[in-house]
Parts: sequence; structure tokens; C-alpha cells
Amino acid sequence: MSVDYRKQRGTVAIVGAAESDELGKLPHKSALALHMEATHNALADAGLKKSDIDAVFTSGRNMANELPEYLGIRPRFLGGTQVGGCSFILHVEHAMAAINAGLCEVALITHGESGASRIAMPSMRWGDDSTANQYELTYGHAGPPTGYGMVATRHMHEYGTTKEQMAEVAVATRQWAALNPKAMMREPITIADVLGSRLVAWPFNLLDCCLVTDGGGAIIVTSAERARSLPKKPVYVLGTGECSSHTMVSQMPNYNRWDAAVASGERAFKMSGVKHSEIHVAEFYDAFTIVPILAAEALGFCKPGEGGPFMAGQRTAPGGAFPMNTNGGGLSYTHTGMYGIFILIELVRQLRGECGPRQVANATTGICHGTGGTWSAAATLIASTEV
Amino acid sequence: MATSYTGPIPKPTPESKPYWDAAAQGKLRLQKCNDCGQFYFYPRPLCVHCLSRNVEWQDCSGRGTLHTFVINQRAPRGFPADGPYIIGIVQLDEGPRLMTNIVGIEPDPKKLRCDMPVEVVFEQITPEISLPKFKPRVTA
Repeated sequence: MSVDYRKQRGTVAIVGAAESDELGKLPHKSALALHMEATHNALADAGLKKSDIDAVFTSGRNMANELPEYLGIRPRFLGGTQVGGCSFILHVEHAMAAINAGLCEVALITHGESGASRIAMPSMRWGDDSTANQYELTYGHAGPPTGYGMVATRHMHEYGTTKEQMAEVAVATRQWAALNPKAMMREPITIADVLGSRLVAWPFNLLDCCLVTDGGGAIIVTSAERARSLPKKPVYVLGTGECSSHTMVSQMPNYNRWDAAVASGERAFKMSGVKHSEIHVAEFYDAFTIVPILAAEALGFCKPGEGGPFMAGQRTAPGGAFPMNTNGGGLSYTHTGMYGIFILIELVRQLRGECGPRQVANATTGICHGTGGTWSAAATLIASTEV
Repeated sequence: MATSYTGPIPKPTPESKPYWDAAAQGKLRLQKCNDCGQFYFYPRPLCVHCLSRNVEWQDCSGRGTLHTFVINQRAPRGFPADGPYIIGIVQLDEGPRLMTNIVGIEPDPKKLRCDMPVEVVFEQITPEISLPKFKPRVTA
């Protein structure tokens, strides 16, 4: 017996979405406290009670035990998939499968991270005998800028992608941030500002790199049927996809394209039946300016190698032809470390029409896409207020 | 002998010990699958391509090309680097790719280019561990 995955289309909806009370530098709050605030706020947004939750999805070492205890929830379905920043987008797909299998009905997907202040955070240290230490850390691998930079360099070499095109992403994203009172960095910047900012790891300058902040976020997913009984407009999940291709960047199959994202995007589009021209708003994880460039290519918004020119001319800025990262992105709004939950929250708000000055007019269908690790995992989600 | 090396030191596992033992002798030794014929890196007991157990260790040419790179401006704590240093992904002639440092050339993006020929050199960091690094290779 085979089941057609396309039957999942529109079967569940996101019905609640919220951040923690505050975002930014929060040395007075632990990672778990940020989870709890976000959960409280997402439930209030959904018009649901804690006792309605029967499934918990979260990310981090042992968090699928630790978090329900902290929140005082005894879930009957647990999701602890941890593949980095996009984990929460995968969790939506997993929650959808579990809800459709009848194993749960109301899923909490939550994130809390003290990325800057590091209050009650698990150790990030790898063992001396880990593959990461044996084959990468020994060479002075300095975290995400090293791993993400490998793709940027190769893409520049093969396709002529420029640092100016990468800077366009940072400038456009900052324009959105200026419209979002919750964004950390709101002063306008220019391409020259990006190119003139401190060199972190060539080819990345400081303003090519995302922020490092503290914060939490949560969403609530339930069946489409239950969603229609709740106060806010349901945001139906039309398509999802996920893939992992490696963990160490030295094992990445190709550096001129994002294979995991090609796979996740293909399934999400097939499931949804949505055409690219029907997407009104895009939320693409921007750990570095190069990442949305590769996402646009991998998801088929432009041809391979054309992601740089695609971003040029402030195409993704407010008023541009391709509204992208409308919350101000990881580059300018917030980036706790695992940013994926925040692009889901922004997609929900855009599709509900709650975004005030940064609202994309008449946006009813949108896409979000995330990276986890160093281009390791990818997850795509297409959603709409219309089924 | 106590080491003065301050950077991360690989601790071999049973499956990686032959790789590190060879490196300590100045040899880049990789596994090759006798069933599917492909080399692979990093070390594993079964072939990563076809899961065959019929694999053997072979010395490699130590030659390849610089597939891509970054130039880190600031080293992680403890990593011994005076100023910017190059982390590269090398495409070995035998097929696999690995991460390494590119040495013997200035860490200047104008002097480095993707696909430039490189060859292995070994840097001893402890009596037991030498790290394979790569330097530009002069081609005829």
C-alpha cells in the first residue's frame, strides 16, 4: 500500500504564533523561560489552553523530555528532531503526519534560546574523538561563517556572484527591519556600509552575518477542522518538504548548489500544487547573505547561478517584486541561533494580514524555507489562508 | 612528552586510527572500496557509497585542487594562528574532498583561486598526530 503524500495538503493549519515577551539581549531570562513565554503567548494567540496541547515538538539535547517537564505538559506525541535552525519547519511536517495519523490533535512547536547571554544553555563542545573535531575543528573551523562561506566562495567562482549582490540582501532586509518595532537593528544601511564593515571571514563582512540574540518563539498546529473553530484565520499548511545531506560542511555534496533545499522544495511545491507565481511573500532563513541567494535558486524562483542577479536592485525590499524576509530577518530582526521558528511566525502574521506598516498587500499564500547546521538540513513550507 | 600545541587535537577512534597513524608517518591514506571501486573520506568500517565491507586502505597521491575556501580573520580560542588563515576544501585526485588549511601562500583572496592545484604537507602537532595540510602545487 502506498499513500500519496499530496493528500496531506491543507489537512492542518497553524493557529497560533508568537515570540517570547522580549527579544534581544536578555541576561535576566533562561532559555527555558523563553520557551515558556513563547508558549504562553502562542496559546493566547490561538485561543487555546495549555490543557489542549497533546503533542510537543522542540529542538535541542534531551529537550523533548526537559521542556514538557518545565512547561508542565504530559504530551502523548514527542518530537525532538534537532537538525539546527530549520528544525521547527520540519516539526510542522512531523506534526502534520502525527495529527493525520490520529496520534495527537494540538501540537506545540516551541523554541527558546539564550544565544547571546547563554543562560542555562547546553554545552556546545564537541568530543575530541568526534568526527567534527577530527576532521574540521583541527583546522580552525570557526563555526557558521566558515561553513557558509565555502558555498559563497564557490558560487562566486562558478557564477560570478558578487559581494555587492550579497550586500543587496542585507540592505533590503534592513529596510524591512526599519518597519518592524521588534527588530534589533533598524537604522538604514547601504551596500557600501556592508562592504565596509569589518571582515569576519572572507568572503563575509560583519553585515553579511546574522545577529546573535536571545529569544523564544512558538506556534500551534492543529487539524484544519479544529482550526476553523478557533478565533483567528487559519493558516493552512499546503506543502512541506525536508532533507539532510551532510553535517560537516566538508562532506557537502556540492558547493555551487544546495541539494538538500532542492529536495525539500520539490516536495513542498508538489504537495501544495502552488505555482511560483502564486507565492506572495517569502521568508528565507538568512544566516548569511548568501543563503537566500542559494534558496531562491534551489526552490526554483530563479535558475541555478542566477540568485545573485535575482537579489539585485533591491528586488526583495519593501515595494520590490519579491518581498522577502519581511520581519527584518536573522540579519536585522533577531537570530537566537536556531532562527527557524521566527520565519514561521512571520509567515503566519503576513498571511493573516497582521503586519501593519510591513504588511505585504493582499498576501494570502507564502513560503518559508530554512537551513540547519551548515547547509546540512533544509526544510520548506508553503502555506495559505485559502485551501 | 607534553605537547605545547594549543589547538584542538584529534583523538582517533578505532575506525580512524589507520588514517592518523599514516598521517604521523607523512602519508595520506584513504579507504577504497573493492566492490564499487570508489575512494571515500572520512574513515568508516563499511563503504559509505555501497555499504560493502570489502574495503582497504591505500596511500593517496596527496595531490588535488582547492575546491573552495574561506579566510578566517580571527581564530577560535586556542587555535594557533597569527592573523588571518585559510581553511580550504580540497578535492583530492582520488575523488574525496576534505577540509584542511592552505599553507605556503598569503591569506589573500586575490592570490587564491578555486581549482588551483595543491599538494599535501604534514604538520606534526604531537608525537602521535600530524595534520594533513595543503600547499600550492607547481604544475608543469
